[in-house]
Amino acid sequence: MRVLASEFLKVTTTRMWWLLAIIMFAYLAFIAGGLAALFGFTIANPDAAAATGASAPSLGDMPLAPLIYSFATSMGYVFAVIIGVLAVTGEFRHRTLTATFLATPQRTTVLGAKLLAQLPIGAGFGVIAFLASVGAGAAMLAVFGLDTLLDQSDTWAMIGRGILAMALWAAIGAALGSVVPNQVAAIVIVLAFTQFVEPLLRLATSFSDATAAIGKFLPGSASDALVGASFYALATPGGAAEMLVWWQGGLVLLGIAVVLAVIGGATSWRRDVS
Amino acid sequence: MTGGIPIEVSGLGKRFGQVAAVDDLSFTVRPGVVTGFLGPNGAGKTTTLRMLLGLVRADAGTATFGGTPYAKLERPLETVGAALDASFHPGRTGRDHLRVYATAAGLPRQRVDTVLEQVGMSDYAGRRVGGYSLGMRQRLSLATALLGDPGVLVLDEPINGLDPEGIRWIRGFLQQLAAEGRTVLISSHLLSEVQQSVDEVVIIARGRLMRTGTLASLELDRAPRTIVDSPDRPALAAALGAAGLAYAEGRNGFIVDEPEPGRVGRAAFVGGVELSELHRLKSELEDAFLALVGEGEG
Repeated sequence: MRVLASEFLKVTTTRMWWLLAIIMFAYLAFIAGGLAALFGFTIANPDAAAATGASAPSLGDMPLAPLIYSFATSMGYVFAVIIGVLAVTGEFRHRTLTATFLATPQRTTVLGAKLLAQLPIGAGFGVIAFLASVGAGAAMLAVFGLDTLLDQSDTWAMIGRGILAMALWAAIGAALGSVVPNQVAAIVIVLAFTQFVEPLLRLATSFSDATAAIGKFLPGSASDALVGASFYALATPGGAAEMLVWWQGGLVLLGIAVVLAVIGGATSWRRDVS
Repeated sequence: MTGGIPIEVSGLGKRFGQVAAVDDLSFTVRPGVVTGFLGPNGAGKTTTLRMLLGLVRADAGTATFGGTPYAKLERPLETVGAALDASFHPGRTGRDHLRVYATAAGLPRQRVDTVLEQVGMSDYAGRRVGGYSLGMRQRLSLATALLGDPGVLVLDEPINGLDPEGIRWIRGFLQQLAAEGRTVLISSHLLSEVQQSVDEVVIIARGRLMRTGTLASLELDRAPRTIVDSPDRPALAAALGAAGLAYAEGRNGFIVDEPEPGRVGRAAFVGGVELSELHRLKSELEDAFLALVGEGEG
């Protein structure tokens, strides 16, 4: 418990968390607000939109509001991963592991506490992310007279699951940091995987049933399954058909965090600190 | 304070590839005195201290605090305080740095202000460490070591980077900590740097133990010699040779392997040589140290 409190304090006594939070808020508010406005305009004014060459996007039977709100996780999760990565790689970079292991020589306890301390921090990022996406998104939907669905318990359940997803993503970041202690390398891996490799893999695996059965276990897919809505579901041919059940998605994320932490705990975390 | 307990190092060894960084090292550091852990750069001091503190795994031997390895200490920060490389997160303030580790060790909050006061850093505690001078980092590092009011202090090069006022301050401070019955071990690559602070020395070179004992015992290592000079050096050389005294010619005269200047004076008198210089050359501590660690004669 003391170690957990100390690890939490390490994050809150540096500026990085609120810097990242501000950037994330601005980014998500822009994306969610902008896309809500675009969709709202094309749906509310089909004739005008058609005249400019745009057409109302096909949403199938999926309501628009949760899709917009879920940008908080489908685009914002990378921020939670990075705050988690920094919590571990920062100790290597600034050579503070010495002081940390002097205070708590039980290294496994420290790593476990780091992962646990990231859960409330990731959840906090989740709250800020949804403030941005729901705030800007709902405002734009309301401008165009579309239903914000904020009176629906389903919407709030989705937001709750999204906050849980962000908490798990931050823990995954910390676990990844223990596997790749080099801060720059870890961040490059996070950005390359989340922004490039995984979207491509998700698209590629969605073309056949056999590969889609594997693709649904990709971390981003699992996260979308947990949250229950994502614009990826629109962008991929199979749609929401090949998705895990929400709690399975959560377990996949938890599993990734645990497996990475076990690998990191057995490798870089055990090495000599000099 | 938990009371000073001895540091016991026995048969300690560590290899980095083909190089034996620390080789079969054994020594004991007792409470109540300041012990200097000395050796040239690369002698294995830092590796030894890191093995002692459980940060680097030893390949052989043991290093304990009164029989208990660091990792097995019930309350590590309250037993041993260590200051190793003065590394901090640059974005954290000095006070927050101390709060983080006080929290991890379950220490009361007021310890943070107490140790800041002790090392004279209260006025700078609200600043980010990134803006600290090396001397301020050394003080914050020492404050971290003192957090748990430990009976044992292990400090790696604590004097490095301090200004003359800071050096005077830390000397007095370390003596005071030892006088309170604590075990104090400080490392340095310069004997002269710690000469006025330490009572006992553990000297290593190339990972091996060269010498342990009191500082005074080190001084007796080399017999004093005599310096003698004359306006007529060839005559003096002949007189010394006639008296059977071994000598070497130096810049300021002859260095004679004879502790008693009277005998050298007598040899000159017998040879009828005029002297311009005659005195005992007191063995310098630093010479004895350098001779021990094999870095040439002083």
